[in-house]
Amino acid sequence: MQLTKQDIGRLLAKQGILIAFAVFMIGFALANQRFIAVDNIAGVIRSSAILGVMALGVTFVVIGGNLDLSVGSMMSFSTIVVLDLHDKIGPALAIPAMFALTLCLGAFIGFLVGYLKLNSLIVTLGMLSAIHGLTLTWSGGKNMDIADKAGTWFSFFGQDRIMGIPVPILIFALLAALLAMLLSKTPFGRKVYAVGGNGQAATFSGIPRARVVFYTYLISAFCVAVAGLLQASRSLGSQNTVGQGMELEVLAAVILGGASLLGGSGTVFKTVIGVLILGFIQNGLLLVGLDFYVQYIVTWAIIILAVWLDVAAKRGRLWSPIA
Amino acid sequence: MTNYKDMLKRGAIWGFILLQLAFFSIIGDQLSVSDQPFLAYDNMLLVLKQSAPIGIIALGMTVIMINGNIDLSVGATFALAAIVMLDSMTWPFMQALGDWAIPLAWIFALMTGVIMGAINGIIVWKTGVDAFIVTLGAMLGFRGLVFMFNGEQPTSHLNWTLVDFAEAQFLGLHTATWFLLGTALVLWLLMTKTVHGRNAYAIGNNRDAAVNAGIRVGPHFIWNFMLIGFLAALSAVVFYSESGSVNPNDGMLYELWAITAVVLGGTKLAGGYGSIISTLGGVLAIQILRKGLGHIGADTQTVNLVIGLILIAVLVLDRQLNRKGHGELKI
Repeated sequence: MQLTKQDIGRLLAKQGILIAFAVFMIGFALANQRFIAVDNIAGVIRSSAILGVMALGVTFVVIGGNLDLSVGSMMSFSTIVVLDLHDKIGPALAIPAMFALTLCLGAFIGFLVGYLKLNSLIVTLGMLSAIHGLTLTWSGGKNMDIADKAGTWFSFFGQDRIMGIPVPILIFALLAALLAMLLSKTPFGRKVYAVGGNGQAATFSGIPRARVVFYTYLISAFCVAVAGLLQASRSLGSQNTVGQGMELEVLAAVILGGASLLGGSGTVFKTVIGVLILGFIQNGLLLVGLDFYVQYIVTWAIIILAVWLDVAAKRGRLWSPIA
Repeated sequence: MTNYKDMLKRGAIWGFILLQLAFFSIIGDQLSVSDQPFLAYDNMLLVLKQSAPIGIIALGMTVIMINGNIDLSVGATFALAAIVMLDSMTWPFMQALGDWAIPLAWIFALMTGVIMGAINGIIVWKTGVDAFIVTLGAMLGFRGLVFMFNGEQPTSHLNWTLVDFAEAQFLGLHTATWFLLGTALVLWLLMTKTVHGRNAYAIGNNRDAAVNAGIRVGPHFIWNFMLIGFLAALSAVVFYSESGSVNPNDGMLYELWAITAVVLGGTKLAGGYGSIISTLGGVLAIQILRKGLGHIGADTQTVNLVIGLILIAVLVLDRQLNRKGHGELKI
């Protein structure tokens, strides 16, 4: 079999992100042995877990053809709420209460975008601001700290290990596996693809578009609540702005994983790869001895290259035909 | 009928501003602890002055959004231009120039903005990747460049001539206000009286039709991205001439504030519809709300909550007024 130029192009476009990942890993490993040490890899995954959990939820929203810019400030909200309630009603009640409140926010966004069909970019932009205000009102603008940091089992989620594996990694992996199953093996998952791929066609074939979009935002809010739990449990204290700016990093990871902002494409597995690439690049560049800001510039190049490859493969030529 | 509706929509933001002014001056003055009325001349001047940094960026964002694009990197460009301006004044050859270093530092900063915009524009044109993604990447990349200068340390350089200039008042208005109004006038002329402006609407409305009509879409994009880069830098120049110190994290979320102001002014995300003057209204509405809530002694945190909810309410209202559902996001 002869490999034509098109075949190579298609392979690059389809698996480009995995190939890039492999090249990076090998490159960094050759440059610094410490990079592939088990504890380093575990450290990177662990510190990516919070971003990763949020990216899992946003993957659903993006595949459904929408955006979620509110996840960062929503994560600050859940972190602050759970820390505050921890001292007031105890951790066993605080956690479900925080999940309920965060899901309410998700349901509100889902209602606006799904049922009222409002533009998701502006709705979640508005919610970014509104939830930030809500968080500040809740905390009175002060940092939130747990009074008795040593004597609480609440630190389990962010700091403990089970059989040597840090709990955040376990939760991230478990959630990723569950959501991957939901997206690829269930009718609901197929509906998400259908709604994002062609909303009108989905409606005509009897798929309740509004309800599916609503559920994607619920899933996103659930993931944000988990991320908030991990964050709160890891640090046992927090600023009001802990999640600020994460919405765009999360989106970068999802896009890096190959989900199209048009909706209808992307997978949970690829999003995980996207998250890991961001995490390992950050770590690798530091280990090689470069300054921390180089990672921003490298991420910039990678995001654009990844999407460019994807777009180029779809239209069959490298450069845009726009005059 | 349609004209009447259109008038109503265009006037809506000014009606909202009047409502705000009435509310804060009648009810607000009752609640307020300060003995100065809300509508005091000084207070209104301050509203105008403080609208300038976000306002200048939002005006440029209007052009970009009428074009059917978006720019998420303006906050980072803002910080980069600010740091170039303040850092360049400490270079030895610049210090030798005395006060002549000021215009040169301004030119450096503005050039930085133009170059950053051009980079975004060229990438959008040549790769065909959507502006949302290109500028999302650039937001991180440009921020990286900001950190290159001084790491996480703030960069400061106070030049008193510059501060005097920034704090000066000409015909009663502050320097920053003049820059805001000047930018609005120039962009209004650009968008309503020139071929470039007409093309911007045409491209935003229907890109394929514009291409078929012989408009060179690619270069047009580059010009507009250079324009918003320039304006982000101008905003930085105006703001940091007065404050004289920039943190590497400054300007974060400015893109979101600017977009909020533009949307409040009624510009459509999908492109092809919007006006510079209405954006000016959107900018003022946000600043009056901020000031007004402060005036009645509400916590500053309420501002975020209220603005977020107003943004969503505007969207719901807009949908009721215009049920055609033309406003889907094109990315």
